[in-house]
Amino acid sequence: MPLYILRRMLETIPVLIFVAVFVFFMLRITPSDPAAILAGDSASSEQIEAIRKQLGLDQPMLSQFFIWIGNVLSGNLGESFFFKKSVASLIGERLEPTASLAFFTLSLAIIIAVPLGVIAAYKQGSWIDRIIMGFSVMGFSVPVFVIGYILIYIFSIWLNWLPVQGYQRISEGVGGWALRLILPSITLSVIYIALIARMTRASMLDVLSEDYVRTARAKGQIETKVLFQHALKNAAIPIVTVIGISIALLIGGVVVTETVYTIPGLGRLTVDAVLARDYPTIQAVILLFSFVYVLVNLMIDLVYSLLDPRIRY
Amino acid sequence: MTISRRTAWLGSVCAMGMMALASPVASPAMAQTTLRAVMHSDLKILDPIWTTAYIVRNHGYMIYDTLFATDEKGDIKPQMVETFSVSEDKKTYTFTLRDGLLWHDGAPVTSEDCIASIKRWGVRDALGQKLMSFVDGITAVDGKTFRMTLKEPTGLVLLGLGKPSSNTPFMMPKRVAETDPAKQIEDFIGSGPFVFKKDEWKPGDKTVYVKFDKYKPRAEAASGLAGGKVAKIDRIEWRAISDQQQAANALAAGEIDYIEQPSHDLLPILKKDPNVSILNISQLKGQYVFRPNHLHKPFDNPKVLHALWYAFNQEDFLMANIGDAEYIKECKAMFVCDTPLATTKGMDGLLTGNTKKAQELLKEAGYDGTPVVLLHSTDLKILTNLAPVAKSLMEKAGFKVDMQSSDWQSVVARRTKKEAPSAGGWNAFLTAWTAADVMNPVSRAYLNSACDKALFGWPCNAEMEKLRDNFARETDPAKQKAIAEAIQVMLPSYTPEIPLGEYLVPIATRKNVKGILVAPVPVFWNVEITK
Repeated sequence: MPLYILRRMLETIPVLIFVAVFVFFMLRITPSDPAAILAGDSASSEQIEAIRKQLGLDQPMLSQFFIWIGNVLSGNLGESFFFKKSVASLIGERLEPTASLAFFTLSLAIIIAVPLGVIAAYKQGSWIDRIIMGFSVMGFSVPVFVIGYILIYIFSIWLNWLPVQGYQRISEGVGGWALRLILPSITLSVIYIALIARMTRASMLDVLSEDYVRTARAKGQIETKVLFQHALKNAAIPIVTVIGISIALLIGGVVVTETVYTIPGLGRLTVDAVLARDYPTIQAVILLFSFVYVLVNLMIDLVYSLLDPRIRY
Repeated sequence: MTISRRTAWLGSVCAMGMMALASPVASPAMAQTTLRAVMHSDLKILDPIWTTAYIVRNHGYMIYDTLFATDEKGDIKPQMVETFSVSEDKKTYTFTLRDGLLWHDGAPVTSEDCIASIKRWGVRDALGQKLMSFVDGITAVDGKTFRMTLKEPTGLVLLGLGKPSSNTPFMMPKRVAETDPAKQIEDFIGSGPFVFKKDEWKPGDKTVYVKFDKYKPRAEAASGLAGGKVAKIDRIEWRAISDQQQAANALAAGEIDYIEQPSHDLLPILKKDPNVSILNISQLKGQYVFRPNHLHKPFDNPKVLHALWYAFNQEDFLMANIGDAEYIKECKAMFVCDTPLATTKGMDGLLTGNTKKAQELLKEAGYDGTPVVLLHSTDLKILTNLAPVAKSLMEKAGFKVDMQSSDWQSVVARRTKKEAPSAGGWNAFLTAWTAADVMNPVSRAYLNSACDKALFGWPCNAEMEKLRDNFARETDPAKQKAIAEAIQVMLPSYTPEIPLGEYLVPIATRKNVKGILVAPVPVFWNVEITK
């Protein structure tokens, strides 16, 4: 197992190199100029050129790439063009809101979606099944920002129960932190609830027709135990895979949700950086997201071996 | 629909739980007044001399002070300056600072600080550069008095030092002002009515200012950007809410107190809210303009450009973008309506949508059907519909138009390119200026017609440059106005730009926010929160 983990970690290196090269050159060939943006509307060509020089954007693209990649390899992600801060510190500031939102969202999704999927499978064809699957289709179809605005209208403006926007750091109070994450995490979790519930149902349906389930029932095992101890455990691998994919998809989801709810997390940092053509920040954030993606995949593979003893690395 | 007892109980428990979570913990900090504002953009850069971005200018007005400032009527008044005198030959200006001016670190403001600040501004700003071309030297007479000597008289001294918009000549401590003008400052000590809290500044989240207790306001009442800058609020937070709908929701819910530029389409909703006020500040307005590129066909031909003055009408542009007659004004005065230099001279029959005349002119000009590459910005709502309207009106007149859409930042990058339109260049784009930036021929950047040295679009006209120089030299306001009129009259002959009408930019606040000043820049002194 340790060798397997090491091998997988080494395999991430070419992936990250590919991402680094791809992102770097894509940004440079898009029609944009951070210097012109920084200088403002009335800046002269000379002023823009001076800023370009300061940022090192006047150098050949390959030189820029090797300078950047050299810095990254020595642990320096560079300095943001706009924020005048190191990219590492910017990312550090934004990690907590995004991690909190992701934690709330996934917890909510798993707690709701897995039982819903199990119930839908158990009640296959019934009105309960149809309602759950109907909700699932809706969850896939309605865009995140629409769900966000509807929830804000109901819970913040109409009922006045929850704040419209903003984020409070956990160090400033757990109550305020949790309160401000309720609506964003419900908004973001809808699609994952739909996804995980559907997969749980499908996987459970496969397992529920297996002989060992019939045997468990024949032994007089109570239905809850049959479903959650025998069937769900055996149906877990596809569900875990989907949860892993959900974590990866979450990276895209937080961009919209953090924008709608004004949460100063990595998603908003990405949007701000893209709009401002803040190359060092975009490159670092994309690299980070890729690394998380690769790491999540590795963790899923490791969880497989815990769930199914036949899988060994 | 009926609600069961259990549902009602559950709902109550949930609501109570949420209210308990939401209840603020009583703390001494609650005694202070805090105003939470959503500005038009997030603050990322902090040097108002290094960039011309409006949000940085607004930041400048929070923490820095100016030697002169424009009042509500647009007249330039002393601000940090107590008295000033001009020699008989109009070549020497002597300024004396007010008593009691302090930097936020407690040190007194000195002549040396102001001289260094003027010099740095004079390197960066277009009007400042023009002014400095007349300046022979600036010397300190004593700690509070300094003297500016000129090579020849100019009307730009007060116009420059009292410039209301980017780059505004903000005064900084000497050690800060001596920063290389090409680099950003890293020390944010000002002498203005508010102190910047760098430790609480989180780009993408919030910017915080607190009242400067030792600020000594002028004795006069506040007027525009001049007069007594009395900070009546202890703490001001600029919250970064990029989504306009969310900003409006937050204002309605009382989570914020002020929106600098609410989207015009949200105003009808906000107006219906009894807790919200919409303020139309006459000086907070914008002017749409069409900017052609003079380097390439077909706009290298002034006669082709002349046809546009007949093809366009202002109403179509204004209604398509603002959509509410209450906030628009058709105005053919290049230097903005209701300002000292406003005039309609030379504009008879122009900008009326006379398609037939435009077609005739285009034919006379020998337009050969070269497509016009028109840059279309899609992400800034205030600009989004300008290019489609221009395209439609131009096509009616007989132009072939290739409208190319992208986000605004791509337009910003592309417009600096001098290459042919087919090689990534461009023929025209449309934008908006805030009124404060375009009220005279020197600060109006697109009038610079110095060929390669002009801003993107690169118009070339020696006569215009001569007129702008004459304006700069003139010290008599009546003669300045005559020059401004002459400039406006000659515009259609070579078309550096076309004005496409004005729009108001209202401010939305909670009803209890009072004292917002009529000024060309949103400022926060004099503002208070009533019970």
